[in-house]
Amino acid sequence: MLAFLLRRLLTLLLTAWLATVAVFAVLEAVPGDPALVMLGVNAQPDTLAALRAQMGLDRPLAERYLRWTGGLLRGDLGVSLTYARPVADLVAERLVVTLPLALLSLALSTAAAIPLGLLAAARRGRGGDWAVLGFTQLGVAMPSFWIAILLILLFSVTLGWFPAGGFPGWEAGAGPALKALLLPAVALAVPEAAILARVTRTAILDTLGEDHVRTARAKGVGRTAVLLRHALPNALLPVATVLGLQLSFLVAGAVVVENVFTLPGLGRLLYQAIGQRDLIVVQGVVVLLAVFVVVVNALVDIACAAVDPRPRAEG
Amino acid sequence: MPNRKPCAALAILAVGAALGALPGAAPSWAQVRTDLVVGMALEPPHLDPTAGAAAAIKEVTYANLYEPLTRIDAEGNVVPGLARSWTVSDDGLTYRFTLRPGVRFHDGTACDSADVKFSLDRARAADSVNAQKAYFAPIASVETPDPATVVVTLSRPDGLFLFHMASGDAAIVAPESAAANKQKPVGTGPFKFERWVAGDRVVLVRNPDYDGPKPALERVSFRFISDPAAQVAALKAGDVDAFTLFSTYEALPEFRNDPKFTVTVGTTEGETILSTNNARKPFDDVRVRRAMAHAIDRPTLIEGVLYGNGVAIGSHFPPHRAGYVDLTGMYPYDPKKARALLAEAGYPDGFETTLRLPPPPYARRGGELIAAMLAEVGIRARTEPMEWAAWLEKVFKGKDYDLTMIAHTEPLDIDVYGRADYYFNYGNDRFKAVEEELNRSQDPARRNALYGEQQRILAEDAVNGFLFMLPSITVQNAKLAGMWVNRPIQANDVTGVSWK
Repeated sequence: MLAFLLRRLLTLLLTAWLATVAVFAVLEAVPGDPALVMLGVNAQPDTLAALRAQMGLDRPLAERYLRWTGGLLRGDLGVSLTYARPVADLVAERLVVTLPLALLSLALSTAAAIPLGLLAAARRGRGGDWAVLGFTQLGVAMPSFWIAILLILLFSVTLGWFPAGGFPGWEAGAGPALKALLLPAVALAVPEAAILARVTRTAILDTLGEDHVRTARAKGVGRTAVLLRHALPNALLPVATVLGLQLSFLVAGAVVVENVFTLPGLGRLLYQAIGQRDLIVVQGVVVLLAVFVVVVNALVDIACAAVDPRPRAEG
Repeated sequence: MPNRKPCAALAILAVGAALGALPGAAPSWAQVRTDLVVGMALEPPHLDPTAGAAAAIKEVTYANLYEPLTRIDAEGNVVPGLARSWTVSDDGLTYRFTLRPGVRFHDGTACDSADVKFSLDRARAADSVNAQKAYFAPIASVETPDPATVVVTLSRPDGLFLFHMASGDAAIVAPESAAANKQKPVGTGPFKFERWVAGDRVVLVRNPDYDGPKPALERVSFRFISDPAAQVAALKAGDVDAFTLFSTYEALPEFRNDPKFTVTVGTTEGETILSTNNARKPFDDVRVRRAMAHAIDRPTLIEGVLYGNGVAIGSHFPPHRAGYVDLTGMYPYDPKKARALLAEAGYPDGFETTLRLPPPPYARRGGELIAAMLAEVGIRARTEPMEWAAWLEKVFKGKDYDLTMIAHTEPLDIDVYGRADYYFNYGNDRFKAVEEELNRSQDPARRNALYGEQQRILAEDAVNGFLFMLPSITVQNAKLAGMWVNRPIQANDVTGVSWK
């Protein structure tokens, strides 16, 4: 188990390092100059040069990379070129929106998907199954941003129950803040729930065909008890794996949904920073996201390994 | 107007002061709202107008938070700002500004001539990062004989000096707070900064210590909503009270038919053009450029892009300004003539080219329409959408393009056609000679005649495809009064806004 953990840790560090190199290289190759974006179409060459010097962009590429990674190792993400604020502060104030949003939609999608998957598996080939399959087909096909617009039209514009976007901040109280996050969380959760429900259904059907389940049935255990006590726990393994992957997709999907709901989250920060060529912010956020995804995947792997010794032995 | 004599400016001063008193006349019954939420498409990167070109910075701060020496009012006139009056010497080289007495910055420190000197010197310093540093280039010296007087001496006459000093880039800031203005703006305006929920909104509150007329509003929030569907939803749900520079034109009929909303269509300074690389073949041939001018059907374009809410132009000058000459009839829509001109230039079968399009909706939508119109006369233009940062770097700075479409939003910017290395790659000695005379001339009638001549030269040379003026569209709650209809400068001046 220790060797396995070390291997995961090594992968994590390697991925994070590769992410820094990749982001740096891509932003360097893509056309766009943060100083020019800041000063616009009437900028004079000497003003541009002054701003580039102020931003440290006149230094050689290698020096800038080393300085930034050096800061990173000391836990310093640098100072944003456009906002003139520490990236760590910017990220922290956005995380309090994105993280609750992702967790809320994860909770919603899991809460919906597992019962739906169970229902479909239990009613295989019958009405309930078809209804769930139909819903999941629709859910996978509808992009989050479109669901978001539909939700806004219904619940904000027509019914007036929820704000059409924006975020009051947690200091306004948990109630209003959660209210602002609920519609975006639902928009994010629907496609995720659809995928998860399908995975759950398949996984349960797979386990239902296994020997121990058949034995249980033969011993006279009831259908429902078999589903819940024997099939479900075994089916949760693939479900958890997919859930881990989903969390990364949730963060990516948050970029789009945060824009539709104008939520000041990490996704919007990243989106704006790319447009403004705020290299320091983009690098910081992408590296954090990369580390996050790798950590989540590692945790899922470790959890699976703890439950099921096979990956450990093979790996 | 930039070309006003001092006496005329003083007359406007009086009118401005009278108008400024209006907000105080707001009804006094208990239930009148004193808060306002203004929607904007883009969030400012920071809140220091003296260190960035982003229009959003000025759209939050201009006249609300910061004041320049002079300022631009809702009609585009130069009116007193921090300076309550000024005189100009006969040679046009010495400007003597008298400041309002007893002005204080939001942090409580006094604002006097030393702060003005600091601000102007900072903007023109060698290490200045002012996006409009050229505005300050004519300044030779700034002197402060006493705390209420600033004497600015120019090295050459500049007919636009008072106009430029009214821009957000010329905001007066304090040496104690200037460095932190990006995040904690400190100005002298009728509103002061309360907080910035990054990614969502900036909140301003009324400045109780303001020395001038107090605004009717106590609290103003600027909310940033970039998604078109979300903009419409926010208005309909009542989350924002007004949306300025609204560009989801297809939603306008809905708002016009709803009595809860008022839609106003005004002017901006945004000449929208099909910028053409005059140095590249085949665009170096004036016949090709004229052929393109004949190939573009402006009314159809305005209908398709702006849903009819725009005015056609025939040169690079806004129709609402004095000095405008109507040249829209010079190249009437005539595909046959366009084809003949192309054949004459040696392209009987047309040619292939690329049309690079920056992100604004008018460019993306207009570009497709223009490509289709050009195809009618044999010019096969491939459209290529580009991100803003990439457009700035490649097209604007690198001049690596054939055709592009963009609105030039700086006020009175016809002078860019005289710049040697501007991205049009255009040069005409006649134009430059007129420009030099303009810079020397203070007489309004003469200046307007010169502007007319410049417009004609550009239209004859068909330098770019001159398309339309970008409209200033505001969708607002019908109970709101005092919102600017026109956009003579990048600003959302809410100092005169009140609820009915």
